[in-house]
Amino acid sequence: MNILKKSFKKSIWVFHLSTAACNNCDIEVLELLTPRYDVERFGIKLVGSPRHADALLVCGSVNAHAKPRLIEVYRQTPKPCLVIAFGSCGCSSGIFRGSYSVVGPVDKVLKEVDPEVKIVYVPGCPPKPEAMIEGIIMGLGAI
Amino acid sequence: MKLLFYYLIFPGFVFSSFIGLIISWLDRKISARIQWREGPPWFQGFADIGKLLYKEVIIPKEASSLGFVLGPLFALASVCLGVTILLTGYFKLSEGFIGDIIVVWYLFTIPSIAIIYIGSLSGNPLSSVGVSREIKLLLSYELPMVILIVMITSKVRGFSIKSIMDWQIINGPNLFNWYGIIGFIVSVICIQAKLGRVPFDLPEAETELGSGILLELSGSLLALYELSKAIMLFGLPMFLVILFWGRGILGGILLYLLIVFLLILIKNTNPRLRIDQVMRYFWGWLTGASILAGILAYLGV
Ligand code: SF4
Repeated sequence: MNILKKSFKKSIWVFHLSTAACNNCDIEVLELLTPRYDVERFGIKLVGSPRHADALLVCGSVNAHAKPRLIEVYRQTPKPCLVIAFGSCGCSSGIFRGSYSVVGPVDKVLKEVDPEVKIVYVPGCPPKPEAMIEGIIMGLGAI
Repeated sequence: MKLLFYYLIFPGFVFSSFIGLIISWLDRKISARIQWREGPPWFQGFADIGKLLYKEVIIPKEASSLGFVLGPLFALASVCLGVTILLTGYFKLSEGFIGDIIVVWYLFTIPSIAIIYIGSLSGNPLSSVGVSREIKLLLSYELPMVILIVMITSKVRGFSIKSIMDWQIINGPNLFNWYGIIGFIVSVICIQAKLGRVPFDLPEAETELGSGILLELSGSLLALYELSKAIMLFGLPMFLVILFWGRGILGGILLYLLIVFLLILIKNTNPRLRIDQVMRYFWGWLTGASILAGILAYLGV
């Protein structure tokens, strides 16, 4: 069992989910796949389906429209999985906080469905790619 | 006992999945180097499989759980059997039987059928689009490839791996004739499609269908399917080595590496095709080319 657990740390497949972000964070994510940062070195890969994902990368202040989708995708992801709240919006709703349509940052929404959820916060507007790599590595320590 | 050893350890499951995972790493590493990236470490394939085995398996509510579990198992078992028959023939471990080359080719088709079955079970609309594409893809590459197999087997007047290899020891490899060159090019493209790799990755289509046909597979079921794909990545080029080169270990290894390199190069230099383009391409150009190769073989060029 131990070796399987270890291999978990060497191979993280990420599903990217945008819940009402301003789109800048989503663009920044792509930076990670380029030759300069190349996260495939660490076995990190973007996948197209939450069923294959080990980490959900959630950008954006969750609004009322996106909330059920976020919960649905979180339920569809096989556990153990890591949630990365990306950007100031993901961590705290950022500049959209208090808006009539925003129902709370990622952690608040997900803790309602699963109190055990493991969340990594990567602040920044948008965060630097180095910050995101560090966030994932810190999150792996938590699993 | 000996057969079980063949099937599970030496040319079969353990050996070929080890080589297959190494080759799949090589694939990702070379692709990364082509794009000026660093690429994953050598144990990446093993880490992926290990991680998938560790994860939870989710079976959709609409799907029958028995079918969902049996599909990937059948895929893996049949691919292992195919590789075992192929390599025991290649390494002269057994005599083989008449028609084994055809049996191997159809054992390699079972993963596609299993994945079609799973995709249509899962009740996901994106998967069902993937399923229809996979069926069309299967129909398109089978035609030129079967023509080529028939060409080779009628050229050597024998329907078994042994006779193909014996013929090539006496008469020189098929690759050194015109029909062999044409057939080789056509069959490399066919196995690219059979492996579902980039210009022909329509059933999975990461970007538009969200990995389509595999969408609902998770955890260890996905691991089994990935493993059988890795074994196919080892087995199918070996199949071509037998068809076009025969015995001769050094030449065989070089040809094997050449085929893998060609597959990687095709993957990295082509955009994905539409399904109608794929069918036109396979049933038009490649079928024409393989019929031409058949005529040349008949004339003895
Ligand atoms: S954190 Fe900043 S860049 Fe990211 S989605 Fe929010 S406002 Fe946009």
